[in-house]
Amino acid sequence: MARYVLRRLLLALPALFGLVILTFVLSRVIPGDPAATLAGDGATPAQIAELRAQYGLDRPILEQAVIHVRQVLTGDFGRSIFSGRPVAEEIAQRLPATLELTFAALFLATFLGIPLGLVAALNHNGPVDHLVRLLSVGGLAIASFWLAIMLQLVFSMDLDVLPLRGRVDVATGLPPRVTGFVLVDSLVAGRPDMFMDALRHLALPAITLSLPGLATIARFTRSGVLETLQKDFVLYARAAGYGRIRLAAIYVLRNAVTLVVTQVGLLFGALISGAVAVEAIFDWPGLGTYAVQAILSADYKALLAVTMVVGVVYAVVNVTVDVAQALIDPRVAEDAR
Amino acid sequence: MNALRLLLRDPVATFGLAIVLLAVVVAIFAPWLAPYPDDAFESHLLRRLRPPSAEHPFGTDNLGRDILSRVILGTRNALLVAVSVVVAAMAIGVPIGLAAGWREGWLSETLMRVTDVFLAVPQLILALALGQLLAPGIAAAMVALALTYWPFFARTVFAETRRLRSALFVDALAGIGARPSRILFLHVLPNAAPAVLVRATIGMGFTILTAAILGFLGVGAAPPSPDWGLAVSEARQHLPEAWWFPTFPGLAILLLVLGFNLLGDGLRDAADPRLRRSRR
Amino acid sequence: MSAPVLAVEGLGVRLRSDRGIADILDDVSITVPRGGTVGVVGESGCGKSTLLRAILGILPRGAEPPKGRILFEGRDILPDRAASARGRIGFVPQDPYLSLNPVFRAGDQILEIMRRHARGSRAEHKRRLVELFRAVQLPDPEAALRKYPHQFSGGQRQRLLIAAAMSCDPALIIADEPTTALDVTTQREILALLRGLVVERGLSLLFVTHDFGVLANLCAEVTVLYAGRVAEAGPTRDVLDAPRHPYTRLLLACHPDRATDLLGIPGTVPAATAQPGGCRFHPRCPIIHSGCVVEPPPLLPLPGDRAVACPWHADPLPETIGG
Repeated sequence: MARYVLRRLLLALPALFGLVILTFVLSRVIPGDPAATLAGDGATPAQIAELRAQYGLDRPILEQAVIHVRQVLTGDFGRSIFSGRPVAEEIAQRLPATLELTFAALFLATFLGIPLGLVAALNHNGPVDHLVRLLSVGGLAIASFWLAIMLQLVFSMDLDVLPLRGRVDVATGLPPRVTGFVLVDSLVAGRPDMFMDALRHLALPAITLSLPGLATIARFTRSGVLETLQKDFVLYARAAGYGRIRLAAIYVLRNAVTLVVTQVGLLFGALISGAVAVEAIFDWPGLGTYAVQAILSADYKALLAVTMVVGVVYAVVNVTVDVAQALIDPRVAEDAR
Repeated sequence: MNALRLLLRDPVATFGLAIVLLAVVVAIFAPWLAPYPDDAFESHLLRRLRPPSAEHPFGTDNLGRDILSRVILGTRNALLVAVSVVVAAMAIGVPIGLAAGWREGWLSETLMRVTDVFLAVPQLILALALGQLLAPGIAAAMVALALTYWPFFARTVFAETRRLRSALFVDALAGIGARPSRILFLHVLPNAAPAVLVRATIGMGFTILTAAILGFLGVGAAPPSPDWGLAVSEARQHLPEAWWFPTFPGLAILLLVLGFNLLGDGLRDAADPRLRRSRR
Repeated sequence: MSAPVLAVEGLGVRLRSDRGIADILDDVSITVPRGGTVGVVGESGCGKSTLLRAILGILPRGAEPPKGRILFEGRDILPDRAASARGRIGFVPQDPYLSLNPVFRAGDQILEIMRRHARGSRAEHKRRLVELFRAVQLPDPEAALRKYPHQFSGGQRQRLLIAAAMSCDPALIIADEPTTALDVTTQREILALLRGLVVERGLSLLFVTHDFGVLANLCAEVTVLYAGRVAEAGPTRDVLDAPRHPYTRLLLACHPDRATDLLGIPGTVPAATAQPGGCRFHPRCPIIHSGCVVEPPPLLPLPGDRAVACPWHADPLPETIGG
């Protein structure tokens, strides 16, 4: 198993290296002169040239690329051209917000999607099944930003039961930072009120973001269970007298879930993309809003770092998915040898 | 033709096809169908933000424009963007997939690695960056979307080509001395076509969604263009009073994407007999 | 004489599907005496599997409530879908490759059956299972507990499934062509093992096959099914030596010692949704009489514990068949 994990990690490296190169190329074709942006409106050409030298923008492109690779490898993303602060620091501050949101969405999607898919499959062609099918197609067709606005309209403006935006109430404030996850930190600080506040703020963005995932997971669970139910071993288990619930919820589901796990990996990319729009609408202080701001202000240093970080997260998720699959189905790890 | 008959036997897929056909008809005849065709660009400040009524079934927006008309007129843009993006992405992705799938070797490896790298970057961020780079606007957004969607075609065609290359009939053709290019274009490509078609249909839905997000974030269509995503974005300032303002353009996106997705699912089932059997 | 372990009495199973209504089984009766070995033969589509599924309580969706009774140790198990008899009926399925779930350890899958149907703690179950693994001659029984199905060969998997069938101290073993998926040598080993266990432990056996050779080796009695009805029944040796039903006679005439298919008999088994009236064999029967197309022939008792569903069973067959 350890060898399998190692193999998977090594396989992810070339793609990550490719990503470093791609981000560098991207950063050099972003329009506008970063040095000029940095210097501000009334800057003299001399000031701009000085800044250019300071950021190494005057060196040959190949040398810049080598420097870039070296910096990325050491986790040094330079200073933001927009704010002047170290990019790594800004990202470290924002990454937990995005991860908290995406994990919450993934959690919702998985723990609602799998039971929904299972129930649908067990009631094949029944009313529940049709409902779940509709949900699973509709969930993928809905525009996240529109859903977010509609949810805000109903729950924050009309009914006034959930906060409109932000991660916490200004009055309640943030708990002392330990992990950066507000839900965790508030509990560490022993502040259930903060926890509840954070949860209420998380609700709408997480629901919005979870819907496409929920749809996908419910759909693949459904088809996986339907497929598994046709298998001889299910008939055999029934003949041997397995309990109905155990048969459906454990015996069949575990086979069906191998398909679902792959989907979770593929979903993560979509989740990050979705987070960009969702964060923008809910004023969520995460990487998505950071990326949009970086793009709009031509802050290539920041954008490059965001892309890199997301790529790494993505790679980690994919390795995790592979490993999870090998844990669920013992044949996977052996086939890979 | 056989596939079409199979498709029409599935009521859900037929529903999807109906939506798509309806959208195409609406797009073509938009100026004649819209009650206020001039509202694409004209504003009427006297009748701002009116709720739905007989006169304006979807209400009016912040500039007094009839929302129903703008939804109808927006269909053309949405479809145009989707078709151009998917066709462009196909034009890039299909040849790359064919080339990479046909021969093994460094070229194939390199092509697929590049594809993987593109797939590892979140599409939206890449599209945002590219869109920004090409100066914000609908054209830039389209180029950006095409540049982020081609890897999906490359992957699909790659997988199909690899599968077909090992198929017996390709060996037989090579055996009787058919040239590789002939085999590729006359035999492999038509066999890969169903998979590409399914991918393209689903890509249409995906593109409409992503283009709407770009429009919403201000990197896509620019005012006063009757763009659905843009409309939702403009509506945000007028909530909660004008609930109808974001609702109807959003529903239009939902319906059209739903149509393409249902159609894509139906096509996939019709093209893949194995799936068809298990669906029952 | 003690009561039979299993008595199927007048079993009728009807399936409804989009293609129509099908009487898969019609008035089928089979008795397995305590300690007896009974074989069921017939072509595919004759209703063998449905018979087993009815006894095991796993009829497919779309099956109407079956007619007749299935008495297991004197009690009708049809109403509770055999739930009361599970564990006491051990089942050896046809395909050892497909009958175990690939993502669970084989041992755990058997232990789950024991948890539901056998007395004792998990530790005792494990001990007993290791003993059973030894009895079915699985190599390294202790280690076998921790292995996944794909880590066993086909023959070993069938041994696992035999152990599973034995795991809850059954009175009856039901085996559904347990060797068709295996190669010839392994087939012979598995059959020898099964026979040994049945004799040694005094179990009863209901064995389904289309292979007369296997049948002669394993079963004291035989019931021949055709298109969902009993064609002929009796002691295996007598039936094989002197078959009476035209179907059995043709079957054995084609392949005197190993009739595996119906080469040489004109026509095919009718579709289950389109059974002919009267005797279901009449469209293929060389000695058809006018009465055969009207009424289904009753099962006539014959001397020597035999029975045949053909009033013309004493008539000779024509010299050439088919053409």
